[in-house]
Amino acid sequence: MNTAVVISLLIFLVIIFVIGFWSSRSLKNTAEESFLQEYFLGGRQLGGFILAMTMIATYGSASSFIGGPGVAYTEGFGWVLLSMSQVATGYFVLMILGKKFAIMARRYKAVTLIDYLKGRYQSKWVVLTAAFSIIIFLFAAMAAQWVGGARLIESLTGLNYTTALFIFAVSVLVYVIIGGFRAVALTDTVQGVVMFGGTLILLIATIAAGGGIGNIMADLTAENPNLVTPYGAEGSLSPTYVSSFWILVGVAVVGLPQVTVRAMSYKSSRSMHRALIIGTVVVGFIMLNMHLIGVFARPILPGIEVGDKVMPLIAQEVLPPWLAGIVLAAPMAAIMSTVDSLLLIVSSAVVKDVYLNYIKPDASNTRVKQMSFGVTAILGILVFLMALSPPDLLIWLNLFAFGGLEATFIWPVVLGLYWEAGNKYGALSSMVVGIASYIIVDQFFPNLFGLHNVVLPILLSLIAFVIVSLLTKSFVIQSSMNQEKIERSV
Amino acid sequence: MKKEQKSKQDDRFKIANREALIGLALAIFNFVWWFAFAYGLGGQSPETYTYVFGLPAWFFYSSVIGFIVMALLVIIVVKVWFVEVPLDDEEGEKS
Repeated sequence: MNTAVVISLLIFLVIIFVIGFWSSRSLKNTAEESFLQEYFLGGRQLGGFILAMTMIATYGSASSFIGGPGVAYTEGFGWVLLSMSQVATGYFVLMILGKKFAIMARRYKAVTLIDYLKGRYQSKWVVLTAAFSIIIFLFAAMAAQWVGGARLIESLTGLNYTTALFIFAVSVLVYVIIGGFRAVALTDTVQGVVMFGGTLILLIATIAAGGGIGNIMADLTAENPNLVTPYGAEGSLSPTYVSSFWILVGVAVVGLPQVTVRAMSYKSSRSMHRALIIGTVVVGFIMLNMHLIGVFARPILPGIEVGDKVMPLIAQEVLPPWLAGIVLAAPMAAIMSTVDSLLLIVSSAVVKDVYLNYIKPDASNTRVKQMSFGVTAILGILVFLMALSPPDLLIWLNLFAFGGLEATFIWPVVLGLYWEAGNKYGALSSMVVGIASYIIVDQFFPNLFGLHNVVLPILLSLIAFVIVSLLTKSFVIQSSMNQEKIERSV
Repeated sequence: MKKEQKSKQDDRFKIANREALIGLALAIFNFVWWFAFAYGLGGQSPETYTYVFGLPAWFFYSSVIGFIVMALLVIIVVKVWFVEVPLDDEEGEKS
């Protein structure tokens, strides 16, 4: 147990708590009817900087902050190249969803992605399929993130796994329940700043410890020349495979529910413009630094077998302990912010999309408030119990969750915005085809044609959306006219 | 009044559509730059690599310079072509 590291981490957690409590004041002050907007969306008042930071914290899930540098350590520069596809995420998501999504979300009074789909397609089945896939996949993704967070605390403090998980769970739950979306967005901002500074400091210290970039390159080339090529240590990273990550972590992120909810939360188009610039610069900077750290760590600390340990070990090797604590707060921050936003999305799917839509539409405001806090707390406890002894299925589901959600939602969202002829049958079949083909490709034809598993299902769900929408055109003329009325109406 | 509002909205969507197309164009440009430098320069055997600031040239141009170019392009595009529009349909709905 390293006292200085633990103290820095603790200070970080305390700061997070203070922000949660502070932003809960804005919840108390809101009028009754806008509680849902405030709790799940921060009252649509995010400015440019906070929007950019919360977007970045959401893209950079634990997998990239802990796992990414670990893979870069193993594969070399090829993996840093791959990670740079995320630069596109910084501008692509906000430009594509852009103003139209924000305007339509406001018009439908949408607080979640599902509200938006409901407003656009007017179909119970679209809503229920969407809610089902969000609850299942994000719940699994979340549980696996908790495992990661607890393991990080465990490795830093020497506490046992259960205690570490408990500390992690309590700190996450307290401020999500108290503060809602605004607290999550604010803490994302603190965490984004920590990641930005932390990766820069760590990169510089790593280069210094390795005796300069030239020296590190010479060591890498001497060990295995493949490490400095774009093809990975074993030469197994083909251009096709690496390029298909542009879909998985680059452009298809547009369909993830936790990302779209942010694209309806900003205050004005000016905030969006600022977020575009800040987001692109910061996400590229963090990705580049973080993965370079992984590669550069190799000559300094050779022979690390578990990839997830690269970041903690290199930080403690090249930095003074107190600084290592602050820098390691960065991956901790990444995990926490991902978990927080997932928790909010899942509880909004339960409370708003299922309960309020189909079980009790006339629930009173007090009831909705109680439900929101209650469901969030219960979900937290359920995840805690699952994470105590994670079932194998869970790990699989987590790996699966992001691609699955992308294949489900990307076309109903994007074509829903930009293709007027898209209708509920198209959306429903696109979701079903996306999910089903993703399961089939993942199970039976992994890396078909050398592509990542997510690519084909996204193409198939596009085809399904277009064909079914066109075939059912005559069925829905009536309802699409209604739709037009809503679009045109004020 | 009603008519005025309608044409104002059509304009907002026209702007949004154009900006989405710009986003798509940027992503395609980004991908081509990234791919061409990475596999164009990095495709040879490592002994023949040249190095810029200590980094392999293919990586320096595709990922470091590519990132800087994209950041500058995004700044220029947003400042020059992106238009500020109101997001709410009616003011005073909720402030």
